[in-house]
Amino acid sequence: MSEHKLTQLKALEAESIHIIREVVAEFRNPVMLYSVGKDSSVLLHLARKAFYPAPLPFSLLHVDTGFKFKEMYEFRDNYCKEIGADLIVRRNEDAIAKGMNPKDHGVARCCGALKTQGLLDALEEGGYDAAFGGARRDEERSRAKERVFSMRDEFGQWDPKNQRPELWSIYNGRIHEGESVRVFPISNWTEMDIWLYIKEEGIPIVPLYFAKERPMIERGEMLIPYYEENKDQLLEGEEPKMIMSRFRTLGCSPCTGAVRSSAVNMTEIVAEAAAARRSERETRIIDHGANSMEDKKKEGYF
Amino acid sequence: MTELNLELTKEIELLRLVTVGSVDDGKSTLIGRLLVDTKGAFEDQLLAVRKKKGETKIASAAEIDLAMLTDGLSAEREQGITIDVAYRYFATPKRKFIMADCPGHEQYTRNMVTGASTASAAIILIDARNGVMPQTKRHTHILSLLGMPHLIVAINKMDMVDHDQATFERIRQDITDYCAMQGIKDLICIPMSALNGDMVAVRGENMPWYDGPTLLETFESLPVLGQLDEQAFRFPVQLVNRPQTADLPDYRGFMGTIASGTVKVGDKVMVLPTGKSSTVKEIVMFDGNLDEAFAPQSVTITLTDEIDISRGDMLVRGDSMLEPQKEITANVCWIGDEPLEPRKKYWMKHTTNTLKAMVTDIDFKTDIHSLEHEQSDQLAMNEIGQIQLKLLKPIYADTYANNRATGSFILIDGFTNNTVGAGMII
Repeated sequence: MSEHKLTQLKALEAESIHIIREVVAEFRNPVMLYSVGKDSSVLLHLARKAFYPAPLPFSLLHVDTGFKFKEMYEFRDNYCKEIGADLIVRRNEDAIAKGMNPKDHGVARCCGALKTQGLLDALEEGGYDAAFGGARRDEERSRAKERVFSMRDEFGQWDPKNQRPELWSIYNGRIHEGESVRVFPISNWTEMDIWLYIKEEGIPIVPLYFAKERPMIERGEMLIPYYEENKDQLLEGEEPKMIMSRFRTLGCSPCTGAVRSSAVNMTEIVAEAAAARRSERETRIIDHGANSMEDKKKEGYF
Repeated sequence: MTELNLELTKEIELLRLVTVGSVDDGKSTLIGRLLVDTKGAFEDQLLAVRKKKGETKIASAAEIDLAMLTDGLSAEREQGITIDVAYRYFATPKRKFIMADCPGHEQYTRNMVTGASTASAAIILIDARNGVMPQTKRHTHILSLLGMPHLIVAINKMDMVDHDQATFERIRQDITDYCAMQGIKDLICIPMSALNGDMVAVRGENMPWYDGPTLLETFESLPVLGQLDEQAFRFPVQLVNRPQTADLPDYRGFMGTIASGTVKVGDKVMVLPTGKSSTVKEIVMFDGNLDEAFAPQSVTITLTDEIDISRGDMLVRGDSMLEPQKEITANVCWIGDEPLEPRKKYWMKHTTNTLKAMVTDIDFKTDIHSLEHEQSDQLAMNEIGQIQLKLLKPIYADTYANNRATGSFILIDGFTNNTVGAGMII
């Protein structure tokens, strides 16, 4: 037996860095999708490691819906400034101007306009041929079969039956004019790996991931964060309450639930993730249709 | 997992596995059993696929429709088939596992080759009632071709043969004999009932006559990297790092993943194809430079001399040189819709190099049923054969048997850009 041992996190890190570098080597104009969440934070950290001591050779693209938590905007602007990243923010201004929101138009339609269409427009506008995303195969069952290099047609759409086999660590980056790839360097990471890595590497994350007394609306088993400026989301008979809680995933404020938790630091978050019996996406309202993630991906979502 | 020791969790290693076999062998039940027993699936995911609606607790793996858990796409659930390789994740306090789950029916060659290409160990399922079947032999042959380092034979459904030791021993002898013919030495046979959980995560009480390791114990004890770090140093250059910033105006670092072997600061290295020599100055990492690095780490290497190096070049040590090859012999698993034919040209991607290659000859096709070699003027999808390739420029490669990373390549169709072949250099 040799003394050369790579911990599983370091093995995953090496694989992710290899993928990120292959994309920069083979594509003309890559961009990294940055959603400000924990997976994005890990992805960004891996990219910084991959090109050290050079700066990031691509921009970060945040497809903003206007509905993100204010803590996310603050964190995004401060952190990108701190590390010197080039941040591009794009929103589907047409839909936002028309007042698109999940309460009046439904979650699926709102997501389709603000996230999927917003993303497709931003990718087309930038002329990107490769877009890194922080999706993981353990998140959701249609993602368990996703490739690392996910081929998209000229409309940015995903065809699950027409994906390239991926052998060894040799990635096929050849595409036709107009086509693009979504690349998922952290495909093989689990939620637990993400938390352990954030802890080990000291990666900064949005404070909403740590437990605090926060005003919440209790709706069935869900905890929906309450903000003074969004009080119209209260249904008949609902009252905001202060609840010790945190977020396992971060999305749009009207559609992302919190969980009751007392985990105020990374050690406690890791312990909580280890004991968790429910998947993190349970707190995402959009995921709850029979095939909703698969449908969103086919339409062009990442 | 709730009793998890967090310090231990940091130190665990990663083992990549592949399971082959069909639903009839109990593969889904086994994977479901592993996910349930290691808590690799969450309660809401399990409840979503339970057989009896309305239950709020899952008492055993038998209550779960495990195919539903693995078949992620709506087309699969509608048609009751598995289309593609799925990746599953589970962990014990000692290790994390990535399991490629390959469907056993349609397109099994394509799927098996894909799933097995990154795995360090394969699990083949045998139904104890049926023993070694033609399918078992086919799977074993493909795994031996792919140079699978470790083979685990799960002799499943022992509960259906009264946990009979003689049945187990007979099947073990059959598969051991067959593997010997295929040149596979590292073989572990485990009697098992995935349905009841015996010998998967726990021993159970039904097979006291078996004193070998359980499946999970086997997973926890197999070597993770094999002898990857004891092989010759191979460093295919992915990119050249030239920050050209005010602080680093002349910096040139060579970025890549160490394919095999180790490298130390001060090592004499040679650049292929130019043959120029230099010395390793630094092994650069974001978290601080290293004195030594080993496969499969992703690093940046700087050299003491200014040499022209670009993507596709390879750093090796002078004591383990490679010769240029413009003509190669390779085993190929064909995964393209259009068959491979002599005179056809493809893009070949070998390490970080992409070049034109032409098929000059098909030496033979292997009949996947009889394993006999036969003459053929083409290789259709899911067929395996030995071919001759002529390359537009020389490559520097090891044989696949010696080095998985520098002995493997893919073929890409120049028109569709699809990956159509998986090649292993002989």
